[in-house]
Amino acid sequence: MNNAIRHTWVFSVGLFLVLFAALSVIQVGVTDQLEAHPQNVRELYQDRGASRGAITVDGTAIADSVPSPDTPFDYQRVYRDSELYSGLTGFYSIVEQPTGLESAMNEYLSGKSDSQFFDRITSLFTGDTTEGAQVELTVDPELQRLAHDTIADGTQGSIVVTDVETGEVKAMTSKPSFDANQLATHSSSQFVSTKEELQNQGAPIYGDPAIKDRFFPGSTFKLIDTAAMLESGDYAADEELEVPDELDLPNSNTPISNFGGGICAQRDEAELSWIFAQSCNTPFAAAAMDLGEDEIRSTAEAFGFNEGLQIPMTVTESVFPEDLTQASLAQSAIGGFEVQATPLQMNMVAAAIANDGTMMKPNLVESVRGPDLQVLEQPEPEELGEPISSSTAEELSELMKGPIESGTAIGAQSDVVDIHAKTGTADFGETNENGDPIVNSWITGFADVGDSTYAVTVAYQDIPYEDGHALTVSNLKTMFEGAVDQ
Amino acid sequence: MTQVDQVDTAPRPRRGVELVLLLLALIIGVGAKFMVAVTMEEPITPAYYVATGVFAAVALAFHVVLRLRAKYADPFVLPIVVTLNGLGIAMIHRLDLSSGGDPVEPRQLLWTVVSAVAAMVLLWLLRDHRRLRQLTYISLVVSLILLVLPLIPGLGMSVNGARIWVNLGFASFQPAEIGKITLAVFFAGFLANSRDLILLAGRRIGPMQLPRARDLGPLFIAWILAIGVLVVQNDLGNSIMFFGLFMATLYVATSRLSWILIGLALVAVGGVLAVVTVPHVGQRVDVWLHAFDPEIYNREFGGSLQIVQGLFGLANGGLAGTGLGGGMPDRVPLANSDMIFASFGEELGMVGLGAILMLYLLLFSRFMRAGLGTRDAFGKLLAVGFAMVLVLQVFVVLGGITRVIPMTGLATPFLAAGGSALLANWLIVALVLLVSHAARRPIVVGPMVNATGESAAGTESPARQAPTHTAPRPTAPTDDAAGGAR
Repeated sequence: MNNAIRHTWVFSVGLFLVLFAALSVIQVGVTDQLEAHPQNVRELYQDRGASRGAITVDGTAIADSVPSPDTPFDYQRVYRDSELYSGLTGFYSIVEQPTGLESAMNEYLSGKSDSQFFDRITSLFTGDTTEGAQVELTVDPELQRLAHDTIADGTQGSIVVTDVETGEVKAMTSKPSFDANQLATHSSSQFVSTKEELQNQGAPIYGDPAIKDRFFPGSTFKLIDTAAMLESGDYAADEELEVPDELDLPNSNTPISNFGGGICAQRDEAELSWIFAQSCNTPFAAAAMDLGEDEIRSTAEAFGFNEGLQIPMTVTESVFPEDLTQASLAQSAIGGFEVQATPLQMNMVAAAIANDGTMMKPNLVESVRGPDLQVLEQPEPEELGEPISSSTAEELSELMKGPIESGTAIGAQSDVVDIHAKTGTADFGETNENGDPIVNSWITGFADVGDSTYAVTVAYQDIPYEDGHALTVSNLKTMFEGAVDQ
Repeated sequence: MTQVDQVDTAPRPRRGVELVLLLLALIIGVGAKFMVAVTMEEPITPAYYVATGVFAAVALAFHVVLRLRAKYADPFVLPIVVTLNGLGIAMIHRLDLSSGGDPVEPRQLLWTVVSAVAAMVLLWLLRDHRRLRQLTYISLVVSLILLVLPLIPGLGMSVNGARIWVNLGFASFQPAEIGKITLAVFFAGFLANSRDLILLAGRRIGPMQLPRARDLGPLFIAWILAIGVLVVQNDLGNSIMFFGLFMATLYVATSRLSWILIGLALVAVGGVLAVVTVPHVGQRVDVWLHAFDPEIYNREFGGSLQIVQGLFGLANGGLAGTGLGGGMPDRVPLANSDMIFASFGEELGMVGLGAILMLYLLLFSRFMRAGLGTRDAFGKLLAVGFAMVLVLQVFVVLGGITRVIPMTGLATPFLAAGGSALLANWLIVALVLLVSHAARRPIVVGPMVNATGESAAGTESPARQAPTHTAPRPTAPTDDAAGGAR
């Protein structure tokens, strides 16, 4: 009998070994799959209810987690001054994936980054929950507020301010704006209804249009034409070019004309600097066709077109198309056809010109600090490339004085700051509900403000020409004067 | 066996070891509950100390009873049981805190007291397990009555589809839990009496010795009983357990592996029939195989939500667990009873659940050790039967949770909330302690209790009677197995 008892014992131990094996598989082997399973709300409650690190601006939290008693979630994400910052922070909801910095910096904010590995190991023994790291932004809160107040209510406008030497984003905001707290709710039904409401209002809840939207850059693209022209050596700022009122395009019935007739019609020939200041279309279209598609496109790409970017949020790729006919190339040269740019892209163009031809990578994150305030990451300024030589940059920046002094941006003339800029208007033949033609209005420029040089870009989408032009020019001036005041 | 066991059973009561281990067990069990209070930020009220005092008093009283009545009993059994019971109470309390509903823990503590006191009374009054052998056939009758009780209209009631409950007015009770004790007594008594007959009488067909039909009768009764319980009461867990209990005792009694294979074939046939014909069982198998199927997951009744949520819980615990009070075991239905293993797996991780499994492994090993050591066949069969009951309960419950086998409802011994199972398991502990006391106490030569009135159970006799029913031969150095049963 005793042998039989021993056999029974061996059999029983065998059953237990099966259990140990099954536990190992579930609790170690396939843990990741189980945790990622869509039905697994644990992960969601834990993640979405966890204490995340704060996002701070100048040391003040614009997003932080506060305890949320009597709910299944331990913490509630709270956004401060969210109308100003929601485009940067994004939102952290229980229903959808995080957006904005909440998504881009998720590993740090949630405490799951590699640099917090040892904290996690420690917390395994101490029993503390790992706390997320704190992300400090490069944004200047006063400039951010100024930018937000400057954009006209009821329009679709964006303002981007960067430091040209470091690429640091000093301000970036758009209207219409929204309050991310509304989407950080712990009620999914409330989330759904709020989201619908916000989207009906046109609120850009999935990313700031300054980096998310791309649209016709209009004449601001002439900065790239001019860069290509000067780099080619075939053109110079004081060289006289023909200024026809209309330019017939090969194999096309639609000639290019100068915008609204206006000043450009006054002269048949003019120096490049005058043409640049008045933003006449026909000479640039002709020059682009002379230089060829490859020249223009490689210059555009050197400035960052056709390439994605993380700042750390993903910036929509700006587009310069390929395989163009001469007619399309001419249209593209004045920021039409299929050329599309984000406001940040046109800001980078102005910034590279201001920075002696060296383009810095735009960046929003000043530093990442652990819960003990020890610095985990501190991004260094990073060069993206050198799209133009410093002599070209110098000539271009000289040219960019023209619009302010006597050209299209004369309204931005300031007594306190020496602004360089280029305006742009993209007329794509649509009208608003009142039947007024609408355009994209742009201005991008730079100026020395104190010890730094800032590049400012203002862009309005789908706005009547007069409004757009007036707003961009005056907003640019407001921003630079505001930056000087600091 | 003789030599070794006599060395092993040298008269050392080892109650001091038990006391030390018991204090350790109390520290673990009680400490777990206090840790729950600390991590869940509950105020530690006087009720905590009262509950601790009551629990410790019961455990120590049991120790004293053992000192007085069974001082050679196995010193490891009581500490292990107290550890498990204490951990169970702590986890039930933890789940009470997060559910916010009616607390279950005080009732569990009350049942612990009732069960332990009942076990002490049984131990005190019974004194020698062999006296149960007189009750062999009464046990069968009682078992049948207990199994049929839930089917009596007005008395029985269905919970979650299984009709295994009896409503006593003030409380509900699962008679099958007590039934497993009486059945174990019957099987052990029956086989201890008739194993020689079963082994020796009968025809030989090829290599296999087949018993006579009338000797095999109980096998069929057991089989029909198991399937009957399953079909009528929708109680898959208990029928597996009853059948396993019988198979184990039959195997230990006869050492005939071929018969076990025949039995398994029978149960396989019964199982397949049940899957096909009983919707309840077919559904369980369906849920087991396709747990992650959205259709099955979302099914309102009998879906896989419980099992899938349990797996998520285990995965959430991972290797080290979330810590007591740190996880979300309350997301699993029946987290404090059927799914309490998942709760432990989540909060204590694979390491903690593995440790609990090791405790069970030690516990059933000690049960079997008592069977190995005791000199009478009835005691051996009883101890192994109870060990098997323990093994199968753990395997069926945890195997169901880990999807090793289809999920069936059984109570996790000592951990799960539920009075009937607690009472039954404590009574089993009392009986096994008596068996181990008989196994380890010094051999008394001389007049002795001769419980059955037959020659079967003389304490001084390490050998069973010869097949011819001659008088015992106390000095026979042979093993107790007859009929080539090694």
